[in-house]
Amino acid sequence: MEQRTKINAEDGKQDLVITREFDLPLELLFKAYEDPEIVGQVMEMNVLKYESKKHGSYQFEKTDDKGNPVFRANGVIHEFTANRKIIKTFEMENTPFGVQLEVYDFEKLGADRSKLTMHVIYESAALRDQVLKLPFAQGINMAHNRIQNILNKLK
Amino acid sequence: MNLRRDVFQAIADPTRRAILLLVATQAMTAGAIASNFDTARPTVSKHLQILTECELLGQTQTGREIHYHINAKKMKEVADFIEPFRKMWDDRFNKLEAIMKNYKPKK
Repeated sequence: MEQRTKINAEDGKQDLVITREFDLPLELLFKAYEDPEIVGQVMEMNVLKYESKKHGSYQFEKTDDKGNPVFRANGVIHEFTANRKIIKTFEMENTPFGVQLEVYDFEKLGADRSKLTMHVIYESAALRDQVLKLPFAQGINMAHNRIQNILNKLK
Repeated sequence: MNLRRDVFQAIADPTRRAILLLVATQAMTAGAIASNFDTARPTVSKHLQILTECELLGQTQTGREIHYHINAKKMKEVADFIEPFRKMWDDRFNKLEAIMKNYKPKK
């Protein structure tokens, strides 16, 4: 089956390209990156700030059950052109992954079809590969937390 | 850390990728592999050594000859490396699509 989300990460390079075609009109796809409420829903994060405009900035946060922040990310918006293009930075706070530059290109494919191309540039090839491996680490941590929760209930 | 043993370092080299393609269909001796390249024989040997060290290639001895063959298990590991990252984005985009399909503009 054809994969709807594709990643092109060439060996030894410090960037990667993510492409995805949506069964959505271009305007609705772009709206999901414009409306702070929807951004928060998609990212499953609390949006502390999200200024969808040139020279705007944003900050997200994820909290645990008790409301303590466990993850925070932020960035600045360099370009924000409706239904066309967004250029922004993205940084995970208190992590060694540095700042990444993200270029989003929005394309109309048909009345109800649109395409997003994300070009992500990292500070170095080594950092890119570390970020690529992150979901692995998260998966392991999540499994570990689940086990810990089960064990705690048994106590 | 020995970088040579890093699988991703190993496949970053175009000659080494060509060697992997070459032996993907059949096991070959170092000489047979080298005859496909213009590079000097010792250079090819070095590439074979690196590929063997990081377990992308395996060796089988038949009499006096050593044949190199591809290690399918290790190759799969490399191919799967990006999959959790791709899956994470795929899930996020699926969610975005689902949310926007139900989107009602606020008047």
